[in-house]
Amino acid sequence: MDRQDNWTTIIRPVSGWLNFNLAELWRYRDLIVLFVRRDFVAIYKQTILGPLWFLLQPLFSTLVFTVIFGKIANIPTDGMPPMLFYMAGIVAWNYFATCLTSTSNTFVANAGIFGKVYFPRLTVPVSVVIVGLLTFAIQLFLFIGFFFYFYLRGAPLQPSLWILAMPLLVVQMGILGLGMGILVSSLTTKYRDLSFAVGFGTQLGMYATPIVYPMSQIPERWQWLYAINPMASIVETFRFAFLGSGSVNPQYLAISAGMTLLIFFVGIVLFSRIEKTFMDTV
Amino acid sequence: MSDTVIKVEHLSKEYHLGTISHGTLYRDLQSWSARLLGKEDPNSKIDSIGRRVRNSAFKALDDVSFEVKQGDVLGVIGRNGAGKSTLLKIISRVTAPSSGAIKIKGHVASLLEVGTGFHPELTGRENIFLNGTILGMRKAEIQRKLDGIVDFSGVEQFLDSPVKRYSSGMYVRLAFAVAAHLEPEILLVDEVLAVGDIQFQKQCLGKMKEISEGGRTVIFVSHSLQTISSLCEKCLLLEDGRIKRFGATTEVVLEYLGGGGSSCANFTNLGKVVGDSFVQLLMGEVINNKQEPVNEIDIREPLAIRMRFRVLQDSAIRYIPNFHFIVPGGLYAFVSSPQKLHRLSSGDYETTCYIPGNFLNEGAYYVGLAISSYEPGLTIHFFEPAVLTFNIKDPMDGSVGRYGFGYANVMPGVVRPQLDWGVQKLT
Repeated sequence: MDRQDNWTTIIRPVSGWLNFNLAELWRYRDLIVLFVRRDFVAIYKQTILGPLWFLLQPLFSTLVFTVIFGKIANIPTDGMPPMLFYMAGIVAWNYFATCLTSTSNTFVANAGIFGKVYFPRLTVPVSVVIVGLLTFAIQLFLFIGFFFYFYLRGAPLQPSLWILAMPLLVVQMGILGLGMGILVSSLTTKYRDLSFAVGFGTQLGMYATPIVYPMSQIPERWQWLYAINPMASIVETFRFAFLGSGSVNPQYLAISAGMTLLIFFVGIVLFSRIEKTFMDTV
Repeated sequence: MSDTVIKVEHLSKEYHLGTISHGTLYRDLQSWSARLLGKEDPNSKIDSIGRRVRNSAFKALDDVSFEVKQGDVLGVIGRNGAGKSTLLKIISRVTAPSSGAIKIKGHVASLLEVGTGFHPELTGRENIFLNGTILGMRKAEIQRKLDGIVDFSGVEQFLDSPVKRYSSGMYVRLAFAVAAHLEPEILLVDEVLAVGDIQFQKQCLGKMKEISEGGRTVIFVSHSLQTISSLCEKCLLLEDGRIKRFGATTEVVLEYLGGGGSSCANFTNLGKVVGDSFVQLLMGEVINNKQEPVNEIDIREPLAIRMRFRVLQDSAIRYIPNFHFIVPGGLYAFVSSPQKLHRLSSGDYETTCYIPGNFLNEGAYYVGLAISSYEPGLTIHFFEPAVLTFNIKDPMDGSVGRYGFGYANVMPGVVRPQLDWGVQKLT
């Protein structure tokens, strides 16, 4: 009956769990581009070093890690140059952590604008993840620069064909960060505790992931624990692809991919349900 | 109904008062599982007679149904908390209704607040694109309209400086310029006209008129009854989330003001006497020059207020009938009383105050009816404030001081007399 009347929009109460509208998101792709531009351009405005911050941050983290974990704590790095070893982990982890933490406050941080005008809410976290991807790309170039520096100095680096799987892994990290982020952001509209938990959790999560130590240092009987940490096998594969250290466990990678998709799916479902009414609870 | 563009059906919106959740995840899960199993929520409150209160819910909108036709300019009025903004928020999809539905034909754009999503660090130009896309435009579309937007905003010179350096006026102008070029089929406006200078308000109102004349639909929420009267043919009065009245603007505005005030008030069948032992008020009415009671008068037409009263005893008192003209907001327009007073013997009388055309301004007026006397001191025999209401209507055909359509804005002031002017060249 309504169809004959060809209404363009029918607004109804929230019902059901699967009302995710991909077509609408696509229609707003210009907005995603502009959000990315805004966040990318505006982030370091009125700073002296400007875009240099994109590089300084992983660089200094790497230096600190090299000194503390490499020199003082003497954690082995599978015979790799410690700088490269840590940087690989940091760049990958940073990308994931940024995606997670900055999407996790989507609703709360954008309550002002969401309260005034409608557009697909998913544009915000998606654009945040794209900004993260751009940052990651810049930092990856830094890493590759160091890679060649050490390579030419004769470090025992053995890049493998797994490099070709990199784009997939990058996408997976983005999806994982996005999925977890929107899951958390949907829940924080009601339980604000989660926003604290996220900051804390990503910090701790880094130590639960082989960033500052290699997988080979984990006793065999505990290795299975790393199978349920989807980031662990991604980071490990990332290192193996470039440096040839550690190993790739396709089984773990498959579990990781499965978990990523599951988290992403739950996140999307919850997000698209919450976005309709979160203005009443935020 | 092919030309209905918005159809609101039994729309309700509930807000839960107090705590939104029970605060802990455990209790929420408990309530949720109880709901899922169809059991009583163990965490719901219990009222004084032992029933479970489902929720201390507040209905911001309660079973609201109405239709808006294409090209209508619909005004929405009501006191604070009546549900006006909630209605707009649901139509603009910022929040979802609790029950009911809204069916919409065409793209909806809202000016719920201009400048949404402006980023202070970005330049004016960048913000035009950002804001435009947030409001639902495509990038190419904005590119096409860019010149128009920039012209309308009048901030050309500053287009490439960050908007944080803008004055608040420039900021608002730029924001409105973007919104004004949306060309939606349905435009929602909420009180945005409160900001900006007069010149700018004029542009805004002109743009709204242009949009409605282009066959598009406008829903306009405002507290300015004057603006509502001059822009909207139809009006929706909300009270406590329900529709109190929906219809022609004049009758709705009058209902809102007087809470049912009318052009004619009879005091003989009230069951109580209005007046004292000297005089009593019988009735009052607003009439046009054909002696018919009216509640809406063309601004060019004369009108009259007529009052009937009864003198109960012969005395030396000279009664002063006086009419109090008050505009919405409580401001006195003026008080009028006859020039000449007479001693009146007992009996029924009728007194009429004639108001010429082209004197009052457009908008609503209340009339209070009173009789007082000055012998020896001031005695108020009766004073019934705001018992009559009427609305002065500007035909908006450009005939009354509007110089064609040169000035489409609200004329300020409580009166709008047409006075004689002279222009002389100085030698």
